[in-house]
Amino acid sequence: MRRFRMSLPLSMIAWFCIFLLYVPSAAVVFFSVNDTRYGLSWRGLTLDWYRKLFGNEYILEAARNSLIVALVSTLIATVIGTALALGLHRMKKPGVIDLLVNLPIVVPDIIMAVALTMAFSFLRAFSSLFDMGFFTLIAGHVTFQISFVALTVRSRLATMDQDLELAAKDLNARPAYGFTRVTLPLLAPAILAGAMLAFTLSLDDFIISFFTHGPDSVTLPIFIFASVKRGVTPEIHALSTVMLTATVALIIVAERLASALGSRSRKAAKKGLSAVKAA
Amino acid sequence: MDDLSGFWNTARGDSVRRGGLTLALALPGLLCLVVFLAAPCVSLVLLSTATRGEFGNIQWTFTLENYKRLIGFNLFGWSPDFLLIMLRSLREAFFTTAACVLLSYPLSFYIASRKSVFERFVWLVMLTVPFCTNVVIRTYAWQLILGPANPLAKLASLLSLQPPGAPLYPGFFAVYLGMITTFLPFTALPLYASIERMNWWLPLAAKDLYADRWMVFKQAILPQTVHGLYVGVVITFVPAMAMYVVTDILGGAKYMFVGNIIQHQFSQARDWPFGAAISIALMALTLLSFALFKTSRLTRKGEMY
Repeated sequence: MRRFRMSLPLSMIAWFCIFLLYVPSAAVVFFSVNDTRYGLSWRGLTLDWYRKLFGNEYILEAARNSLIVALVSTLIATVIGTALALGLHRMKKPGVIDLLVNLPIVVPDIIMAVALTMAFSFLRAFSSLFDMGFFTLIAGHVTFQISFVALTVRSRLATMDQDLELAAKDLNARPAYGFTRVTLPLLAPAILAGAMLAFTLSLDDFIISFFTHGPDSVTLPIFIFASVKRGVTPEIHALSTVMLTATVALIIVAERLASALGSRSRKAAKKGLSAVKAA
Repeated sequence: MDDLSGFWNTARGDSVRRGGLTLALALPGLLCLVVFLAAPCVSLVLLSTATRGEFGNIQWTFTLENYKRLIGFNLFGWSPDFLLIMLRSLREAFFTTAACVLLSYPLSFYIASRKSVFERFVWLVMLTVPFCTNVVIRTYAWQLILGPANPLAKLASLLSLQPPGAPLYPGFFAVYLGMITTFLPFTALPLYASIERMNWWLPLAAKDLYADRWMVFKQAILPQTVHGLYVGVVITFVPAMAMYVVTDILGGAKYMFVGNIIQHQFSQARDWPFGAAISIALMALTLLSFALFKTSRLTRKGEMY
């Protein structure tokens, strides 16, 4: 592609956008190392708030809850979502089902939260499992994660080269064997990308968790929101800084993993093919 | 055709057992989506015609009372409160989307104009990080910046826009600042994707034909990027319309938006039927806006292109 020169005022708008996007995070980091509890002026560097943060059992519990919910829901959603994508790919006319899968993406999240609340309150009549708590929180997260995993895996299924699969077929591989040895390795990067997306969405989610959590399952975003209502303390700035850092780390890891797997997936599938040949 | 399709595709419903496998694979996911999402969404319509019982329970009587209340009729006559809130949300979503589009074009062009691959990658990561950062954190951070002791609030009181010592929130300025910074990556990322794929000879040719800057944009750039623009507008407008966090933290109780009253009906007010009616109105307004947007001259032109 031909590159071109931008005029100065337009370039300045671009930098202004980045400035706007990063000013809030910068402020949080700034106040997390500022040595004062109330004022907003600079009083010198301190790491006190971080020490207090790691001694605050409520925060630690919320962090643990967030991680448990994100891990468990991502695991479930990745399996169900991948299966859904494979199933959808084999259907002749997905039509209505396609619409269903896209629903969590097009429905505003507050409506989705309302829908989940209604579903759980109805199901509560049959089982106490649906009392607001970890189970409902995880079920809510899985519901929106499935779609993102399914769409990611499905787009890979639709675009990937089929030569290796065809070769496996020609070698009379049993479907299950050929699938695990050839198709699955080819799909691995997409499954991983879907899982990473699901994990980030779960860690980040506020509104759906806000509606479906119980007293025992407060997650970090809910905890921060509640603290904002009560009046923020510097520990919250420290906590937010840790979360910001974790987000950046997660994005970098995802990027690395994706490029590593992307280049290796074909190799792995070829290896699988030679296993098919040997069998 | 079947012979040419890949290993996984070979089974396209040719035997009962394999058809069963397709269904078995898709079933858990579909079941989850139907039970937790689709069915309750449909029953929202039913719920919106019920009434609130004395203790916040639901009484299943068929009535349009909730919708009447929504358009302003109550025990004391008529008041436009809820209509104003709907209108305010619509206006807020519209201006947020417009501002994001206006900022996204120069931003995306700037990124596309970077020569080295690495530089473009860094800029994209800079857009992705706020995209993945928690919205609660990014919103309360504006409270810090707009606080009374900080430069922006001091400047505002110096210009006597507000009394000294007062923060710049809650208010419209704060809400828009929060909204635009939340949604800018949503608009910019899809737009960048279509700008990166653009055919650059067209704007150059238009320029050679003495088109002015606006004509170059309108005739040679806009039609080529309208797909990315469309995706960006959709994923900005829908959540902006239903926003809860930003409007709650930076808008406060004085500036209610649709998201906030829905949340209120389902929690403190315990009036689920009315909450359902507002939810349906929100969905209807969102869909209506898209019908209008899709038939507008701008997008039609892009499709013709």
